[in-house]
Amino acid sequence: MNFSEVFKLSSLLCKFSPDGKYLASCVQYRLVVRDVNTLQVLQLYTCLDQIQHAEWSADSRFILCAMYKRGLVQVWSLEQPEWHCRIDEGSAGLVASCWSPDGRHILNTTEFHLRITVWSLCTKSVSYIKYPKACQQGISFTRDGRYLALAERRDCKDHVSIFVCSDWQLLRHFDTETQDLAGIEWAPNGCVLAVWDTCLEYKVLLYSLDGRLLSAYCAYEWSLGVKSVAWSPSSQFLAVGSYDGKVRILNHVTWKMITEFGHPATVTNPKIVVYKEAEKNPRLALGRLAFPPPRAAAGAASSTESKYEIASVPVSLQTLKPVADRANPKVGIGALAFSPDNYFLATRNDSVPNAVWIWDIQKLKLFVVLEQLSPVRSFQWDPQQPRLAICTGGNKVYLWSPAGCVSV
Amino acid sequence: MGEWMTVTDPHLSSESKNICQYTSETKMSPSSLYSQQVLCSSIPLSKNVHSFFSAFCTEENIEQSISYLDQELTTFGFPSLYEESKGKDTKRELNIVAVLNCMNELLVLQRKNLLAQENVETQNLKLGSDMDHLQNCYAKLKEQLETSRREMIGLQERDRQLQCKNRNLHQLLKNEKDEVQKLQNIIASRATQYNHDMKRKEREYNKLKERLHQLVMNKKDKKIAMEVLNYVGRADGKRGSWRTGKTEARNEDEMYKILLNDYEYRQKQILMENAELKKVLQQMKKEMISLLSPQKQKPRERADDSTGTVISDAEEDAGELSRESMWDLSCETVREQLTNSIRKQWRILKSHVEKLDNQVSKVHLEGFNDEDVISRQDHEQETEKLELEIQQCKEMIKTQQQLLQQLATACDDDTTSLLRDCYLLEEKERLKEEWSLFKEQKKNFEKERRSFTEAAIRLGLERKAFEEERASWLKQQFLNMTTFDHQNSENMKLFSAFSGSSDRDSLTVHSRPRQKKPHGVSNGSLVCASKLTKSLPASPSTSDFCQTRSCASEHSSISVLNITPEETKPNQVGGEGASPKWSMASGPGSQEGCYSGCSLTHTNSHVEKDDLP
Repeated sequence: MNFSEVFKLSSLLCKFSPDGKYLASCVQYRLVVRDVNTLQVLQLYTCLDQIQHAEWSADSRFILCAMYKRGLVQVWSLEQPEWHCRIDEGSAGLVASCWSPDGRHILNTTEFHLRITVWSLCTKSVSYIKYPKACQQGISFTRDGRYLALAERRDCKDHVSIFVCSDWQLLRHFDTETQDLAGIEWAPNGCVLAVWDTCLEYKVLLYSLDGRLLSAYCAYEWSLGVKSVAWSPSSQFLAVGSYDGKVRILNHVTWKMITEFGHPATVTNPKIVVYKEAEKNPRLALGRLAFPPPRAAAGAASSTESKYEIASVPVSLQTLKPVADRANPKVGIGALAFSPDNYFLATRNDSVPNAVWIWDIQKLKLFVVLEQLSPVRSFQWDPQQPRLAICTGGNKVYLWSPAGCVSV
Repeated sequence: MGEWMTVTDPHLSSESKNICQYTSETKMSPSSLYSQQVLCSSIPLSKNVHSFFSAFCTEENIEQSISYLDQELTTFGFPSLYEESKGKDTKRELNIVAVLNCMNELLVLQRKNLLAQENVETQNLKLGSDMDHLQNCYAKLKEQLETSRREMIGLQERDRQLQCKNRNLHQLLKNEKDEVQKLQNIIASRATQYNHDMKRKEREYNKLKERLHQLVMNKKDKKIAMEVLNYVGRADGKRGSWRTGKTEARNEDEMYKILLNDYEYRQKQILMENAELKKVLQQMKKEMISLLSPQKQKPRERADDSTGTVISDAEEDAGELSRESMWDLSCETVREQLTNSIRKQWRILKSHVEKLDNQVSKVHLEGFNDEDVISRQDHEQETEKLELEIQQCKEMIKTQQQLLQQLATACDDDTTSLLRDCYLLEEKERLKEEWSLFKEQKKNFEKERRSFTEAAIRLGLERKAFEEERASWLKQQFLNMTTFDHQNSENMKLFSAFSGSSDRDSLTVHSRPRQKKPHGVSNGSLVCASKLTKSLPASPSTSDFCQTRSCASEHSSISVLNITPEETKPNQVGGEGASPKWSMASGPGSQEGCYSGCSLTHTNSHVEKDDLP
């Protein structure tokens, strides 16, 4: 596996098209669309201002570029480069912009979360949704694109509205028993909505599609609560990561916890494989070479190769002590992701920032721990197979699969 | 004998008298006194016998002593020593009989008393020893009691201390809990306070938002607009629909449909899982029953209660099985029955396994349980036998392998190569001969074919000429018809000519499709005959070859080859006579038959020739 040549990018805006054929990247105020296989530039669009957010439509025919400072959204068509569309929010301002699942409506969140304007690309109609909630994850579309769940706040109470995406009709509107709703997420089967509260209170509520409360789950009181939530692709499990460093798995039949995964700093079970990233030191080899290339010594720092070694149990991982008197401490499970085949769950404990834990969901046990040399920034699963890609901010990508792991 | 005499002290006698007077009931006491006296004085009795004897009764006081003795004896209940007085004044005479009787009685008494004394003494000894023993026990028990009391005190002390500790810990716990509760309350109160403050702030914020919203909406910025080059069609190609009540209802319906589908799907999954698990349970139950049923006979001998339960369970379960298979529903009762029966079976199995374990352990401990020893012996014997067999088999295999290797590599290279070829040499030669024959025949056939084709061509030409002749002849005849009156003869000739030609035609018809054959059938009889005579030397061989091949197809090729060169000659002659096919003296019909026959054989031969490699 090799890296391609480096392309300029601004604001980390680089997205693959949903059909996998194109790659859109933003450079300042330009939008560059490349072909995935050849990486040749197919289209080049120029926007009016620096792009803050770019998003593909679901059918890969349109790309929206949002410029929050100017309050503008420009939409480009891939098939007709001369087609243009510009949405100006004017004095209302723009805070967030996203596509609807049918690829023909754009939802703009105005400043101060005053309202969400639904602009239609096919008709002249405009819809307004008042008082959306300003929270971490306030909008969630179902996977089949039929329904939109929106978190709202009225009269100091949290509400959830469910809209039908085809005609933007309000289907259900109900209030939730949360103090301060932090996020909502649909289950992949589109029938259950998970709602979780702010981190000051551990509460996970599960609502059915028609607005009935199915279950409420609270693991403990008083300590900081839910940090991250993830559904399994089969909608069987809901993984809740909290600030106490544990992931609790709820099952879809009873909505009760079936197991909890702890993330201790020492791994003692000999059945768990611990991969430690280690640097391959090239300096040792230099002395033996007849003509040691002088550049190698200079470039050693940037081009060190690293490989994975299997560390023998018991292994103690690097921990990070959080600052006690600051908000949003670096503890707890910050990242959760299920593999697409529902077999594995990858987690990151923020107090052990260099490690990624991979859990076997079939056996509900810890499977593998990967420890990197630097803190893990993000990881993502391959959409089709159980392969995990990890990046730590260095110049390497780390790939793990049940067969083994490699650093590229 | 002296011992047995009761010798009394005169001093004592008065005492005894007194005692007798007052303690007449306690006869033992005076006798005991007496016995004691005897005991004390039994040893020195022999020494002082005479002194004692003389102490009581002397020659002077015989009468007094007799009267005294009489008094004593009568008080004791003995009969009087004196004879019965006949008169008052006459002196009573001593009744010696009475005296002797009294003496005897006294002796008997003495013996009895001695026995009694002995018994009493032994009893006394026993009691004494018992007493000692009891005293010892008492002393020990007292000691034990003391020690246990001390222990108890110690334990009580410890218990008290522990209870104290416990109380302290409880107290601490309670304090901690109280503190925790307090802190929680504090937190709760703070939380409510924060919430209240938050709400207040939020309300203010909402007001601001409302105001801002109003301002934003009121301004009606012309700028807030969407500029599109042209509107894009919908993703699904359909037209947008108006929002009406119907659409609302439709949306609701769809939503419920989705929910229902999801529930149904999940229920199906769960039902499937249920069914599978039930199957597994049923299987388990059956297996358990089958495991336990052969054990029915053994437990019968021991007459356990479990037999009854096993048999009855099996019967019950058989009935249950049939019922369950019929129902196969998820009823409560069926489920309960299944689980209960499985639990029962499992319990029985467990108890059985435990019994087996006990047996095994017993065997290990005891080591001489007949049945088990025998079985173990048998088992060991069997294993030995099996091991022997395995050994033998292995040896056999080794020897066979060696033999095989010898066979494979025993010969030298030359011999092996020779051997390899030896089986094939004959075949090769045979093949060569056959090939040569085949080639010869092929050549011959080619020749024949050529000749036949030439003949055919010539025939064709002649035929044409003949036809022309005929035509001209017919013309002449026709012209001459009016002159001549031999229609019949003409007709006959015509017929014959026509028949001949027709025959020939038919022959040609027959031959045409068979021209592919190397040996086509010749048409003109004369020509045929000539050709046949020419081809005779070749064809009989071929025909005979075919004959032999057809009739001796199963013979090995060697034999055929051997036969055919020999048989050709005789068959040349015999074939002509034997096979009716080759009779020359025959009309066109027979010729036809022979031709067709020979063509048939030729076809056969051709077909069979194809089989040759």
